[in-house]
Amino acid sequence: MHPITALAETKQPAPQEFLLRLGDNALILSHRLSEWTGHGPALEEDIALTNTALDLLGQARMLYSHAGQSMQPVCDEDALAYWRNAEAFRNFTAIELPNSGVHAARGALGDYAFTMVRQSLFSAYMLELWPLVAQSADEVLAGIAMKSIKETRYHWRHASDWTIRLGDGTEASNKRMQQALEQLFPYTNEWFTFDAIDERALGYSAHDLAIQLRDRWLSQVDALCKQSHLRMPASSQLQTRGRFGVHGEHLSLLLAEMQSVARAHPGASW
Amino acid sequence: MSEHPSTQTSPSRLDPAQSAAKAPKEIGKKDQTASDPWPLWEVFVRHRQGLEHKHCGSLHAADAQQALNMARDVYTRRQEGISIWVVPSQAITASTAEHKDAFFDPMADKIYRHPSFYRLPQAVDHM
Repeated sequence: MHPITALAETKQPAPQEFLLRLGDNALILSHRLSEWTGHGPALEEDIALTNTALDLLGQARMLYSHAGQSMQPVCDEDALAYWRNAEAFRNFTAIELPNSGVHAARGALGDYAFTMVRQSLFSAYMLELWPLVAQSADEVLAGIAMKSIKETRYHWRHASDWTIRLGDGTEASNKRMQQALEQLFPYTNEWFTFDAIDERALGYSAHDLAIQLRDRWLSQVDALCKQSHLRMPASSQLQTRGRFGVHGEHLSLLLAEMQSVARAHPGASW
Repeated sequence: MSEHPSTQTSPSRLDPAQSAAKAPKEIGKKDQTASDPWPLWEVFVRHRQGLEHKHCGSLHAADAQQALNMARDVYTRRQEGISIWVVPSQAITASTAEHKDAFFDPMADKIYRHPSFYRLPQAVDHM
């Protein structure tokens, strides 16, 4: 990839919008994972997921603090997490989907296959994106990326391990993993839709980002599918727009729960 | 350490009499068909360079790699370690309460085995 030199060399902090895209993915996925707390398939796994949720929450906090400092007026991390409505969130639509999958009835129990496939796909994506973010001229953001790369490596290790075990497990577990993959895959089109904000933050053209990130991500996912005896789904035309603020009802329901305490007791602390 | 149903039927840990009765299994291999798909593992963590690995608990996992991942998540989440060993609990042969008399009681009246009857020369500071 050839950097857009003029853009890459500006010492401007990364655009707020870009920080919110990263931060919102981290916060919303953290919340989805935290829904498994106390409901994991085994105590060990319960703790593993909670650890991952906490890593992501930490990433969200750093990104929000950094974004909030350049806002007018200055905004703290709590304000960004608890006092924005759904249309202000910039997370991928795939991230807000409930753990039970796309087609389950509201309030259905979480599906571990869906949770692990999403975690694998997203971790593989962030393993490609974080190194680009780490080259940012925004030193605070580059630092956050360096820390997050290490965490993401473990998230990938954990989730891909389960994807292989369940994909290469019994007939029933393979079927559920394949279903989860078929459900999630169309939502990943959005992950490779870049715009001028990404160009400014990363210093590469939207076209280069889309082509090269997708190629690298696909080869990771393809290798994982082969190991897991899963079929790569056919390409889809679905184009979700969560990162541009267009969300479904899943995010509103999630926020209603996540933000309810902060909104019922404004300014409360303990 | 697990809510997995296998905990209810699995033998009490480190009891050779009971674990010997179980079918031998290949250690560290994925074995989903065995009666206990998530056997027990003992976890040893080295806290600092230069210190020995210490036993810190046990957990259930399908194989050695998964046990290592889970040990990382369960026992080192507060920066407790720099190295982890996992050992199948079945591989440990333990003394039993039943043999306690023969094993340990004879040592109770042999105080001469303690090196406390020697006077250290002044020149030796710390021993």
